[in-house]
Amino acid sequence: MRRYFARKLLIYGLTFVVAVTVNWMIPRFMPGDPVSAMVARARVSQPEAAEAMRTYYNNLFGFDEPLWQQYLHFWGALLQGDFGISIFVFPTPVGDVLLDALPYTLGLMIPAVLLSWFVGNWIGALSARRKVLDNTVLPAGYVLTAMPYMWIAVILAWALGAKAGWFPISGGYSLDIQPGLSADFALDALHHWVLPFLSLFLVALGGWAIGMRNMIIYELESDYSSYLSALGAPQRLIRRYAFRNAVLPQITGLALQLGVLVAGALVTEIVFAYPGLGSLILAAIQNQDFFLLQGAFLFIVIGVLIANFLIDIVYVVVDPRTRTGMAGGTS
Amino acid sequence: MSTLPDPAPEAPSADAPVAKPGRESLHYAVRNPKLIIGVTLVAILLAVGVIGPMLLDNGNPNEYVGPQASAPDGTYWMGTTTFGQDVYAQFVHGLRATFLVGVVGGAIAAVIAMVVGFLAGYRGGVTDEILNMLTNVVLVIPALAVLLIINAYMGVRSVAVQGLFIGLTSWPWAARAIRAQTFSLRTREFVDLARLSGSGTWRIVFREIAPNMSSYLFMTFILLFGGSILIASSLDFIGLGPTEGVSLGLMLQSAQQWSALQLGMWWWFVPPGAGITAIVGALYVANVGLDEVFNPKLRES
Repeated sequence: MRRYFARKLLIYGLTFVVAVTVNWMIPRFMPGDPVSAMVARARVSQPEAAEAMRTYYNNLFGFDEPLWQQYLHFWGALLQGDFGISIFVFPTPVGDVLLDALPYTLGLMIPAVLLSWFVGNWIGALSARRKVLDNTVLPAGYVLTAMPYMWIAVILAWALGAKAGWFPISGGYSLDIQPGLSADFALDALHHWVLPFLSLFLVALGGWAIGMRNMIIYELESDYSSYLSALGAPQRLIRRYAFRNAVLPQITGLALQLGVLVAGALVTEIVFAYPGLGSLILAAIQNQDFFLLQGAFLFIVIGVLIANFLIDIVYVVVDPRTRTGMAGGTS
Repeated sequence: MSTLPDPAPEAPSADAPVAKPGRESLHYAVRNPKLIIGVTLVAILLAVGVIGPMLLDNGNPNEYVGPQASAPDGTYWMGTTTFGQDVYAQFVHGLRATFLVGVVGGAIAAVIAMVVGFLAGYRGGVTDEILNMLTNVVLVIPALAVLLIINAYMGVRSVAVQGLFIGLTSWPWAARAIRAQTFSLRTREFVDLARLSGSGTWRIVFREIAPNMSSYLFMTFILLFGGSILIASSLDFIGLGPTEGVSLGLMLQSAQQWSALQLGMWWWFVPPGAGITAIVGALYVANVGLDEVFNPKLRES
């Protein structure tokens, strides 16, 4: 078990280093010059002013130092929690801008990820033994998985928001309410939360249901199931074993899907103009705010790594083989 | 356990028996309803994407041709946008771009996944350790986040470049699955025999191992193809799509941007999303059909 965690930690550490390095490399080695782009965007007429801006940005980015020094400084600043200063909401530090948006994204992501996983596995396990349910769940599951996140979001917003008028279709709260810890605000925020949540939940649901159904059928046809039923074990017991075995790959699947789910949350936020990281990233791209973009990237990577680590811990609790260290070298 | 690049953890399981496609497979293929439905749907959409733009007398789908914001009728089959652009013209051009990005992204990802998966699975040892580490690292970094910053800095955006970057980031799960398959094949007798006769690594991989899992590789490519289409539509929607021409994702973006939703112009945002869903869904269904054709164990049930 110590070996299992040592391996996982090594991979997460390496991933973090690679992510930080990619983040550092892209503005320096990609074609196109972010500093010129930012100076051009400011539309300064005097050449001296433009030159001053260029020097300021070069200094801020640290482009005036040797490369290896830039790299080390980048790490140094990062470890002190310094992501640079946002251009889009100048002069707020990027870290603060991101922290303001984070609760909205987490409030959307965590329930959507967990609930779709639980409900999807439950429906999938049910449909593996009921023909009627199977014939409806399977096609519906395929349609849901094939849908782009933003399309189902747009359709929901149109049907339940614009047409039916049940839910607001944009923003995280009403404009006449001050965000804070009041009951009014909580209710209003919840009202705005329903549609984005529903779209994320629905798209992810189909995949989990199909995966669980296939795994259960696979387990029910395996040797140990036939052996148990030959021994005259009750069907309930066999199903319970099948379920417990089928759930393990689904936990691994949850870890693998996290990166993709982040993408889903980003585009869904953009559809609903929800004030989370996704909307911030869109604003950062439109305003060529590279610090904000880089900061958001690192935030996302750190979030995915933490979530993956939590899933690894859950896996150890659920799968006795990893506990006794018999799982071997593959991670 | 392998996973789709989108939320469907139901890629063919790694320990499923692999079979050579042949005459027998063809026999089952033409009798498999899932495969037939999926392939037919993809073929129809592909035909619309290839032939559709040729039948239009107007080469530019973004041109302002008709009345503004009119609902579908006889002249404009899918209505027009707020600016009087023909939604049908955009749709058929968009289908073409969607297929293109799927092929480019899927092919590049499949090639990388095969090289990494074969090498790691066949060579084992230190090579395997290193490649496996690399795969895991790329797997954990969210691809869309990397694509976002690369795209934002690059500025040059075409369908081909988009496909290239998607291909470069979406291979890890497939590499893992191929590695697992190769691992189970490399200890078989015919591989030992080839090794004894002095064949090199790549010769054994391509002559002995790859043909024995060709059906599996083909299915992996289909899933990567569908995944590329979904990732590309997300990028287009965020505003990082091709700067020239039109794609289904860009159509959704402009519908969103110009409040088609609030104006009730459903014909602007329903067709592009339905097009993507139809292509990707048909690919998945065809893939399940293929699995049943190649895998006798699934066929009986």
